[in-house]
Amino acid sequence: MLDLVLRGGRVVTDSSVAVVDVGIAGGEIVALGGHLGEAATEIDCSGALVGPGFVDVHTHVREPGQEWKEDVASASRAAVAGGYTAIVAMPNTDPAIDSSPIARFVVERGSEVGLLDVVAAGAITAGRHGTRLAHLDDLWDAGVRLFTDDGDAVADAAMMRRALEYIGDRGGVLAQHAVDPSLGAGAMHEGWVSSRLGLTGIPAVAETTIVARDLLLVAETGCRYHVQHVAAAGTVELIASAKDRGLPVTAEVTPHHLTFDHTAVLGTTDPVYKMMPPLREPDDVAALRDALRAGVLDMVATDHAPHADHEKDVPFEEAPNGVTGLEWAAAAVNTATALDERSFFEAMSAAPARLVGLTDHGRYPAVGVPANLVVFDPTVTWVPSETMSRSQNSPYLGRPLTGAVRATVVDGRVVWDTGGGADAP
Amino acid sequence: MRTLLGTEDLDRSALDGLLDDAETFLEVLERPIPKVPALRGRTVATMFFEPSTRTRLSFERAAKALSADTLSFSPGTSSLSKGESLKDTVQTIAAMGADLMVVRHRAVGAPARVAEWTGLPVVNGGDGAHQHPTQALLDALTIRRARGTVEGLRIGIVGDIAHSRVARSDVFAFATLGAEVTLIAPRTLLPVDLTGWPCDVSTDLDAVLGDLDVVYLLRVQTERGGASVFPSLREYLRRFGLTRERFARLRPDTVVLHPGPMNRGVEIEAAVADDPRALVLDQVTNGVAARMAVLFQLLGGADA
Repeated sequence: MLDLVLRGGRVVTDSSVAVVDVGIAGGEIVALGGHLGEAATEIDCSGALVGPGFVDVHTHVREPGQEWKEDVASASRAAVAGGYTAIVAMPNTDPAIDSSPIARFVVERGSEVGLLDVVAAGAITAGRHGTRLAHLDDLWDAGVRLFTDDGDAVADAAMMRRALEYIGDRGGVLAQHAVDPSLGAGAMHEGWVSSRLGLTGIPAVAETTIVARDLLLVAETGCRYHVQHVAAAGTVELIASAKDRGLPVTAEVTPHHLTFDHTAVLGTTDPVYKMMPPLREPDDVAALRDALRAGVLDMVATDHAPHADHEKDVPFEEAPNGVTGLEWAAAAVNTATALDERSFFEAMSAAPARLVGLTDHGRYPAVGVPANLVVFDPTVTWVPSETMSRSQNSPYLGRPLTGAVRATVVDGRVVWDTGGGADAP
Repeated sequence: MRTLLGTEDLDRSALDGLLDDAETFLEVLERPIPKVPALRGRTVATMFFEPSTRTRLSFERAAKALSADTLSFSPGTSSLSKGESLKDTVQTIAAMGADLMVVRHRAVGAPARVAEWTGLPVVNGGDGAHQHPTQALLDALTIRRARGTVEGLRIGIVGDIAHSRVARSDVFAFATLGAEVTLIAPRTLLPVDLTGWPCDVSTDLDAVLGDLDVVYLLRVQTERGGASVFPSLREYLRRFGLTRERFARLRPDTVVLHPGPMNRGVEIEAAVADDPRALVLDQVTNGVAARMAVLFQLLGGADA
């Protein structure tokens, strides 16, 4: 008998979208077809898409070091509620993930929680201080494939070049938080809103100068390079041109940069709209949406960045950067872009899985494929009102969204089911 | 009117009403006993989270002239130094029985957040580089008393517009009152994008000087490290300072305003600062009356 049947969904496979049942046993898909027999657990997927579970290459789990904001357990719960089957933990923890023991700790915590695969990104420089390389080989041996000083750019050109050379030799990916620190010392996007409010602005060139410089270094070193949280239209142009030239470049965009622009800050100056990079202009938002549809931007990443109420309940300039997003990222992307089924799963699952080399994730349903799957209804409209995260700094709370995760399956186990049938971890 | 957070949303009749009330209170301040019982029993809390002497004293003088009680908060001696949050601090003072808060804070939008957290009427006493609405009122009052009206006057605001809450408040108030406003500064001291600002811009003071009815000089914020946005104070004086030579080229009835404190020898030459057409001390006197008008409208209103 099958362990699990996902019944009657529109299954997004390599080649088609068709209404079939998905039969799962022993943690993998064993049958695809009409009217599969009974299983120990069944999920009604009618009206919903069934596809590869989402993969987030940009999650701040805050553990170790800032567990009052989030920890691996709460981040895992939020992630599976959002349809994710794997997340990549950012290394700006305390201590930073700049050596193998910290990386192994985060991965082990993920296994102990047991809801989904938690993998660690490693820092590029020791302590993320930008002055000397982190323990890159130790991190590599601990399974790290994505390296970033996220939260800060690697601003020093010589350091960036050296890191590209070293990580390029191992075949890893160097991901850049592309905000020049000397131009990026403001509180929001530099434009008419910041001018009106008297807030110090962060110009779009804070992003594009770093990306333009890095792309010259990438052309020289050949290292795989990934631009995190693209927010400026100018960066889209740089990436498109680099791809045309065949450079090994990928890029991510966040749900919030696809949804909001800088006018959100006007009026209430609510710190829930404060993040890095900042919300930019309507033209930037339009360019990001187009670029995601066109594949110039390869994937969606949440930059899920929890902060406690007391940290955000302060004036805008004094608030920390970041918003949460794991639980409604897919809904927000669906609402903002209305991607076709295939592009949606490419951006949410397949491309991010390829980026970090997660071969058991991001695979379209087929017999023999590991059962890491999501059931996503792209038509239902709902209003997020509560969160599994320890923090609630999200501009999506209280805002109507179209599209909802109905169930999440990790290794053949139902880890999230809005019908209430999730297996205990 | 429930709060006064900025001048952008004040229409002509609201501004005229405040200025008319302020003129009445100026007359009160000239009486032998310069005090009216309008706000007896009400408590005004002055919450100044960044150092200020003149604005705080002006608000307290205004409150007392209306017979209100005052609570005075200073960050140096407070529980802020023990790590208390802004939210807890203002809610604590509100719980003591404040009826209105005047808030000055270095962070943009802080007074709006305080209004949200306390539910009290709030007067913005200056938030970062955003707004300082009572300064705009006292400036408009000063111009109105010197020139009879603000309507139709050509007003030049000179200096560090980018970092000035005074400029942001003045531009909208002056324009609503019918003035033609020109911002005059080097590009490094201008906001990046002036979409929606009801004013013109010039980077050449000498080109527009002779047309102005009012020269409004902003303080060069030397403590912000002027050298990073213009080459030197000496060069600033030469290009944008109101020197004696430039003063001599003004029309005979043109007046000079400055929000204080002045940097003599930087944005204004000492001899100009001491000329009777420099209305700096009138601004200070008018500030008390303008703040009386605001407190009266927020706390007393028509039924007081």
